[in-house]
Amino acid sequence: MHEMSLAGGVARIIEEQATTHGFSKVLTVRLEIGQLAHVDADALSFCFSAVVKNTVAEGAKLVIERAQGLVWCFGCATQVAIKAWGDACPSCGSFDLKAASGQDMRILDLEVA
Amino acid sequence: MCTVCGCGASASDHDHGHHHDHDHDHDHDHGHGHGHHHAPEQGRLLRIEMDILAENNRWAEMNRKSFREHQALALNLVSSPGSGKTTLLVKTIMMLKGKMGLAVIEGDQQTALDAERIEATGIPAHQVNTGKGCHLDAHMVRHALETLPLERNGVLFIENVGNLVCPAGFDLGEAAKVAVLSVTEGEDKPLKYPDMFRAASLMILNKTDLLPHLDFNVGKCIDYARRVHPGIGVIKLSARSGEGMEDWLAWIEAQRAMQRVAG
Repeated sequence: MHEMSLAGGVARIIEEQATTHGFSKVLTVRLEIGQLAHVDADALSFCFSAVVKNTVAEGAKLVIERAQGLVWCFGCATQVAIKAWGDACPSCGSFDLKAASGQDMRILDLEVA
Repeated sequence: MCTVCGCGASASDHDHGHHHDHDHDHDHDHGHGHGHHHAPEQGRLLRIEMDILAENNRWAEMNRKSFREHQALALNLVSSPGSGKTTLLVKTIMMLKGKMGLAVIEGDQQTALDAERIEATGIPAHQVNTGKGCHLDAHMVRHALETLPLERNGVLFIENVGNLVCPAGFDLGEAAKVAVLSVTEGEDKPLKYPDMFRAASLMILNKTDLLPHLDFNVGKCIDYARRVHPGIGVIKLSARSGEGMEDWLAWIEAQRAMQRVAG
């Protein structure tokens, strides 16, 4: 379950931000996880609450926003949305797709006190 | 509902760049009717917009730079447990030894058994035990490189932890990920684990000597792999019998040539 190390990455970024911006408590952490990102959002949520124990983010609410998976289809030369790799282009059925967006995992913002 | 300040819009619909010191209602599920209730704590909003994998990617870039400086080819071998990665590596090393510098990083949760198998061939190996971890990350590889010298124009094989899920998301700085799939597994693995086959440049179908005894449909498997990754290369081989090994060595040679050009 690599979500544990991803959650650890989130916790480290928060700790660095706490030092830089001088806050002692995080109320909310908002992430953007693309539909095509290599992560299970529920598992990440679960791991997050475990890894932030005894840190400034202990008890923080985790909000995960899902960004649509957009790909460029070489079959019909249009941008289309897919849910996962292995899905065909919904317009022409081609599998010849190139990622456009929705592959990223980012921390968007923190609500801090 | 907006999850940042509790207002009615979706969070992506409006800008959160302002401070939340205004006194609008928050959408919590209990009233203010009792004497000792405190309003939900309000804080300031810090926009940070940072990639969660940024730290791994920084290490990966440092590794990539080292590989480039040595014009060394780094290959990240990924598969489920039991696909025959270590046997394939041992056979590959026996065929390439003496022709170029070789080194191996072995990733396993526990034991140094695989590194011992590699060292028995006479080439340097470094075992990384990930403990409870399910994948190698770029930082672990960075540390392994401290004790494992890279030879100019050589090949570094990184045998990842046997796991078709987690290693897909972690760039180690390698030139290519090579997914090893044995024909004793299901032909639908590329569809079941699309992230890995999407991330891999090459799929090796291993243990082809067993095909006469199995119902594994090679054509279907390749078709599935190309659904998730149209550009993926495919090599069929048996590390045990040696059949197809020359295709694999030719692929490595082509990658080394590209590394020389890039370097």
